[in-house]
Amino acid sequence: MSNGKSILVDTSRCTACRGCQVACKQWNELPGTKTKQVGTYQNPQDLSSETWKLVRFAEGIKDNGKPFWYFFSDQCRHCLVPPCLDTIQGYTDGGALQDQATGAVLFTPKSKEAPFDEVRSSCPYNIPRKDEKTGVLKKCTLCLDRISNGRPPACVLSCPTGALVFGERDEILQMVDKRVEALKITYPKAKAIDADQVRVIYIVTDDPRKYHEHAAA
Amino acid sequence: MTNHYIDIRNSDCILIMGSNAAENHPISFKWVLRAKDQGAKVIHVDPRFTRTSAMADFHTSLRSGTDIAFLGGMIKYILDNNKYFDDYVHNYTNASFIVDEKFTFNDGLFSGYDPGKRKYDKSTWTIKVDSTGIPIKDPTLQNPRCVFQLLKAHYSRYDLEKVSSITGTPVEDLKAVYEMFSSTGVKDKAGTILYALGWTQHTVGAQNIRTMAIIQLLLGNIGICGGGVNALRGEPNVQGSTDQAILTHILPGYLKSPSASQTTLDEYLKKFTPKSSEPQSANWWQNTPKYTVSLLKAWYGDKATKENDFCYSFIPKVDDGQDATLLAMFDKMYNKQIKGLVVIGQNPACSTPNANKVRKAFAELDWMVHVNIFDNETPSFWKGPGVDSKKIKTEVFLLPAAASMEKEGSMSNSGRWVQWKYKAANPPGDALSAGDIVYRIMAKVKEIYKKERGTFPDPILNLQWNYADKKGMWDPVAVAKAVNGYFLEDVTIGEKTYKKGECVPSFALLQADGKTSSGNWLYCGSFTQDGTNLMARRKKDDPTGLGLYPQWSWCWPVNRRIIYNRASVDADGKPYNPKRPLLAWVDGKWAGDVPDGPWPPLTDQEKGKLPFIMKPDGVSSLFGPGMAEGPFPEHYEPLESPLSKNLMSAQLNNPAIRIFTGDIDKVANADPAFPYVCTTYTSTEHWCTGGSTRWQSWLTEAQPQAYVEISRELAEICGVKNGEMVKVESPRGQVECVAMVTTRFRPFKIGGQTIHQVGMTFNYGWLFPKDCGDSANLLTPTVGDANTMTPEYKAFMVNVKKI
Repeated sequence: MSNGKSILVDTSRCTACRGCQVACKQWNELPGTKTKQVGTYQNPQDLSSETWKLVRFAEGIKDNGKPFWYFFSDQCRHCLVPPCLDTIQGYTDGGALQDQATGAVLFTPKSKEAPFDEVRSSCPYNIPRKDEKTGVLKKCTLCLDRISNGRPPACVLSCPTGALVFGERDEILQMVDKRVEALKITYPKAKAIDADQVRVIYIVTDDPRKYHEHAAA
Repeated sequence: MTNHYIDIRNSDCILIMGSNAAENHPISFKWVLRAKDQGAKVIHVDPRFTRTSAMADFHTSLRSGTDIAFLGGMIKYILDNNKYFDDYVHNYTNASFIVDEKFTFNDGLFSGYDPGKRKYDKSTWTIKVDSTGIPIKDPTLQNPRCVFQLLKAHYSRYDLEKVSSITGTPVEDLKAVYEMFSSTGVKDKAGTILYALGWTQHTVGAQNIRTMAIIQLLLGNIGICGGGVNALRGEPNVQGSTDQAILTHILPGYLKSPSASQTTLDEYLKKFTPKSSEPQSANWWQNTPKYTVSLLKAWYGDKATKENDFCYSFIPKVDDGQDATLLAMFDKMYNKQIKGLVVIGQNPACSTPNANKVRKAFAELDWMVHVNIFDNETPSFWKGPGVDSKKIKTEVFLLPAAASMEKEGSMSNSGRWVQWKYKAANPPGDALSAGDIVYRIMAKVKEIYKKERGTFPDPILNLQWNYADKKGMWDPVAVAKAVNGYFLEDVTIGEKTYKKGECVPSFALLQADGKTSSGNWLYCGSFTQDGTNLMARRKKDDPTGLGLYPQWSWCWPVNRRIIYNRASVDADGKPYNPKRPLLAWVDGKWAGDVPDGPWPPLTDQEKGKLPFIMKPDGVSSLFGPGMAEGPFPEHYEPLESPLSKNLMSAQLNNPAIRIFTGDIDKVANADPAFPYVCTTYTSTEHWCTGGSTRWQSWLTEAQPQAYVEISRELAEICGVKNGEMVKVESPRGQVECVAMVTTRFRPFKIGGQTIHQVGMTFNYGWLFPKDCGDSANLLTPTVGDANTMTPEYKAFMVNVKKI
């Protein structure tokens, strides 16, 4: 068996156009939810059962006195050993599964039988959300329906700059190494987040916590 | 664009100024990042730190409306530090030309100003010529009256401290930008500028771009790969709309609009056909008669004959000196001088400045026809906030239009690439393409005129109007072919004979005798002689490796991907930059891009031509007498500014702008009631006024409501916390919106005082969603650029109050 698939999220190439956020909703037929402007570009404010991909915006002032604005296109990391899967399976067999060919981690309708709070807190990245109407747990599926048919995930397809790249995990890992090495010349803090544990690998150029509280495990 | 999108990747230094490219032209950033991968530096200069700044190597801010001061400082830096590309400046610009001795500049005013008319008499803004009409030059550039020395003197006042005190940009940041960008003034480096509405939408908009053009010419960056002056245009087809003359000053292909005093074709052609005595100048506009006559033949067909001046008298003329632009139109409408209005794919109730004036003006109409895919605040003005619909007499007709994917046709992108697209789906219900709607209306108008006649029915009855297919539907291919043009008789040119009815395969073959037609000379060549549509090409070959893709779509002129490309080679035709050879003269032929004319290089004294073929003298204009407010750009404050005195001269505002003085055209300069600079812009998530995007729930989810971005420092002064509601007021209106308190706006130090700036998007309107807020254009002033009348959306004064 191959090592499955991976997505590279290169935040140094992300312009936060949110094409990925919208494409995810379009492919997965998720509704636009009612939001308010609360003083940030980030909207919706958080992931939900109806928002599986969310571009997070974080701003501040750098040491050199210049502003920074970091973008973090948040989604399920599809862990190689997913703690959410263990938690759900512990309560209800078949509530979650991992696709053998790609490595995609999926929640099924049976996931409603697992205690949501426990599942959510088992995730190092704070990803799982509950559909309040049905109780079913929801999150990114790695577009298993697309990738099983030779198509890239909807978010990756929409990305205009190449910040999102989809492919064989082994190839993506090589790209990650190469890109981090190149970025380190300009950004000494550049790194890949938890690359050996997750399929959706983020490259950042600064402390991951400056991007998002749950960017790293 | 002089260049094209893919070419951005060839640049060594990308200056993004007057543009938020990452947010508003997301695809451009694909190429910006490719350049960055190759080591290019990306600089963003903008009042606000945006998603573009976040991607740039260097960002610095300037106060809105001070770009000429910023760039004027760069001109001084380039000249003082000998950063200019000597060979290029000598040979390809008018640096060595001697200017008339009566030309002067004194404390903000050039010679010839008439304060009563707010206009210049430009008779002294001229180049001296010898007895044969050839410009007098000083190749040493030492003559104090040569353009180079006058340029140097003009910008000597733009020192770092002065520029910093006007723009608010720290001196060290100015130096950093000047140094980085001017490092491209060598043979093997290219610098490019990406700009957009952040430059055009000022009372000095055209001069903002002129200033940058001067910089690019000094650095030898025009006509080369990775260089150029590149306008990122908004709508996918906005380039096409100007090419096809959706503006009042031009006819298709940038031919000039005729005025009432040009009563005959001969008078018109005499006025607008430039002459040149420069032996090595191609002076391409000398072909104006061929293009004009071919245009008239496209419009009036067999009815246009030499005897009747090719129906020139049928074309509408503006009165001499008449302002027929958008702002003037709404002013007339507000003053009850316009009865009917047709609006296609627009939302002026939210997009035109001083929107309260516009909305009131609609009520003075008898009728309005609105063609769109959704309702918006314009056709629904009669039920808008504060409007008593019982008192509105205007009859509104809403015609449902096809969306872009529901129709076939061409789209011209910013890089002049004309790409043919096909219909993906049929439009819903009764919706028709805008082409179909216009076609049917005009067909009906002709029918009525035929029946009832009118005061002057000839222009309508004789108009050629044969663009329907067999089913009676408007046929975009028929229109595109008419735009390209036909041979109307058998024509022999040189050795070759072209048959009547064949497409004209190049504008070089158009005739002034009525034997050819062309609805737009620039698009001539988009079809081959046998009628093959080159715009529909999709071949991905790239023989030069420079990303020109000559067989992908078609681009005007004559598929030339980078214009003025003869400036990329020296006088012998050798590329200045051997790493990116756009053109090269090899074995008696040009290799590379389609050259700017077939002639040999300049050293061939007999046949060689200068590179700037659209300029009468064959060289580019550092001294540009065509502008309304002066041959050298000068800093003037916006109509509304925080300053009561221009720190550069005694002249506060652009002396050549039109001042509207109606009861509703209020202005507040340096007024403590409106102490903050405001600018407007759009976001990635919405399209313009949101007329098409606010109905899209995924987009309104991402950007749901109007907001004003303000600095932490100003928020403290106003007593406002992030996310609280505020009222933004100008003398013309007010908008309630959410305060977005951000580190991305910061106060400026201007002339020793602290000046705050805020910014708003113009993406919203009262119609839908109900809680999204109203248009930022309720605040903006009725004033435009002195050359173009493009409104000053980018700099005006407001107050911000907590609600």
